[in-house]
Amino acid sequence: MSAQPSDALAPVELIPEAPGFLISIVRRLRGDPLGLLGLLIVLTVIVLAIIGPSIAPYSPFKIKVPERFMPPTLLALVGGGDGVHGTFSHVFGTDNLGRDVFSRVLAGTQIALGVGGGSIAIALVIGLMLGLIAGYGPRWLDNFLMLLFDSIYSFPTVILGLTVMTLLGPSIPTLMFVVVVIQTPAYGRLIRTATLATKSSEYILAIRSLGSSPGRILLVHILPNIIGPLFIVASMDIPSVIALEAGLTYLGLGIPPPAPSWGRILQEGFESIRDAPWIVVAGGIPLILTTLGFTFLGESLRDLLDPKLRRIV
Amino acid sequence: MALPASSIAPAANVLEVQGLSVRFRTPRGPVLALRNVSVEVPRGSVVGLVGESGSGKSTLALAVMGLMSGNASITEGSLRFAGRELLGLKPQELRALRGDRLSMVFQDPMTSLNPVRAIGLQMLDIQYRERSLSLAEKRRKAADMLRRVGIPDPERQMGRYPHEFSGGMRQRIAIAMGVLERPELLIADEPTTALDVTLEAQIIQLLRDLRREFNTSILFISHNLGLIAELCDIVVVLYAGEVVEQGTVRDIFHRPRHPYTQALLECDPARIAEVHRELPTITGDVPNLLRIPTGCVFAARCPSVFDRCRVEQPADYPAGPAHLARCHLLAERRDG
Repeated sequence: MSAQPSDALAPVELIPEAPGFLISIVRRLRGDPLGLLGLLIVLTVIVLAIIGPSIAPYSPFKIKVPERFMPPTLLALVGGGDGVHGTFSHVFGTDNLGRDVFSRVLAGTQIALGVGGGSIAIALVIGLMLGLIAGYGPRWLDNFLMLLFDSIYSFPTVILGLTVMTLLGPSIPTLMFVVVVIQTPAYGRLIRTATLATKSSEYILAIRSLGSSPGRILLVHILPNIIGPLFIVASMDIPSVIALEAGLTYLGLGIPPPAPSWGRILQEGFESIRDAPWIVVAGGIPLILTTLGFTFLGESLRDLLDPKLRRIV
Repeated sequence: MALPASSIAPAANVLEVQGLSVRFRTPRGPVLALRNVSVEVPRGSVVGLVGESGSGKSTLALAVMGLMSGNASITEGSLRFAGRELLGLKPQELRALRGDRLSMVFQDPMTSLNPVRAIGLQMLDIQYRERSLSLAEKRRKAADMLRRVGIPDPERQMGRYPHEFSGGMRQRIAIAMGVLERPELLIADEPTTALDVTLEAQIIQLLRDLRREFNTSILFISHNLGLIAELCDIVVVLYAGEVVEQGTVRDIFHRPRHPYTQALLECDPARIAEVHRELPTITGDVPNLLRIPTGCVFAARCPSVFDRCRVEQPADYPAGPAHLARCHLLAERRDG
């Protein structure tokens, strides 16, 4: 700002008014093709997870052994198709039991998003609360929570997952429990560190000097300042949870058959990768796309949630 | 020892600090950041607190606000605000005073506002105690105060975030927040140090106007003697955690009695009449507060030091009707 040699109450020049939050998000995304792509992919995955069952051409469980290993439409087109097996009726082909791969992938979307998004959301809420308490509360509670987090942290993810899944038996709730246990310490630590850094900042001191209560300081002033990075980390964790689910399922300890999770589609596809490579492709590509989509969106969100980075166009 | 209230102004003191000592626990041992400090802020007046960096100015401010860091503790003394003892109050009782009857403006406006909350919301937050006011009334009150401190078109500005304002504007906003509830005492901790000279003059003018308008007493902390002379009624000189001299602006600037105050005034570039090649300085260092000297704290740097200074701590000697100096020279003069 330039100095003004006028009296004490002279108006000072102003930066032009910033646009509203939603408008700035739209504008920001327009200039950020990757973020837009990520948003589109994530929205598509969410929509498919919701409407999947109603647009699926077949039941994902319907076994029809005579129609096993039918190639997908694309291959049928290249090879001219042999009308006998009606390959055009199975977009992604069929698997070793003659089940429609496309229908199974659609059903898998629901499982992936439900397990990934659901368990991350639970871990996020628990981690957030514990992290805030650890960062702002008394020292002994902080030490106790840190000890707890570090103990969980010290277990290798896969070993912890395998152990719990073996002990409790493979099921979707067990899988989600494993993810929550693994992820909560990461979020708790992130929030605790950010809370510690923020609570000693001058503006928190200034806010305290104006008489705000500890609860209000924590929820209204500290939380919005530190939650941005948490969303980014969490949105980038969703794909790794989906991959963990796929991995555990591949090892036979994730979601029990016949549930068509992507991991199971991959596992069953691997067994017949020489005869029917499309099964692995059909199970893997959604996994990769979803991973990329959430990652791009996460990066873009980071910029949006920080008003200092928000562009004033 | 403090000045009798009646000798300064007929009104009661809004703040009375009596014999306050503050200790910090540090890895190298306890640091006595304030020792036996007594300061009074008469109602409606501006008291300047001057001293070098590390002399305890901000510690005193934070002690009054009850916002000292976890490793600091008040070992003795009393803090009376509007006749009420602050030490020993429950945290929620102290909180009820802060922002309402007692508030503070900080040094750096770039870091003293919550960056992710629109300033209008931050100003509404402060009014949480006023349950009788509707949201619209609170908004209007906030807008009126912003307009008062020189923010044009405040209704529109209230939706903005701190980073959208310049430094001078932010300090005005911080001041508006501080005086929103018309506090009886505003502590301003070097509110202009981070601003350029033109803005500094504007902020000082604003503080002067607000004090007159709201009859708010101000405890003004600065190491800028020029600002102190311009704004304050009473000056308290702090050195190494002790009040070495206090008196009216006239006393301190025209008849300084403590050698430290005299040296401080000689070092003020604004007061130097002749052009020298080098700026005058006070030789020596501030004593290490881990090991406080037995005698006078200023003895090691004092040009008029004599034997008594090194062994005996001086008392506060009156040097005028409202003027005290903690120096043996005054006793010598009186005795001799």
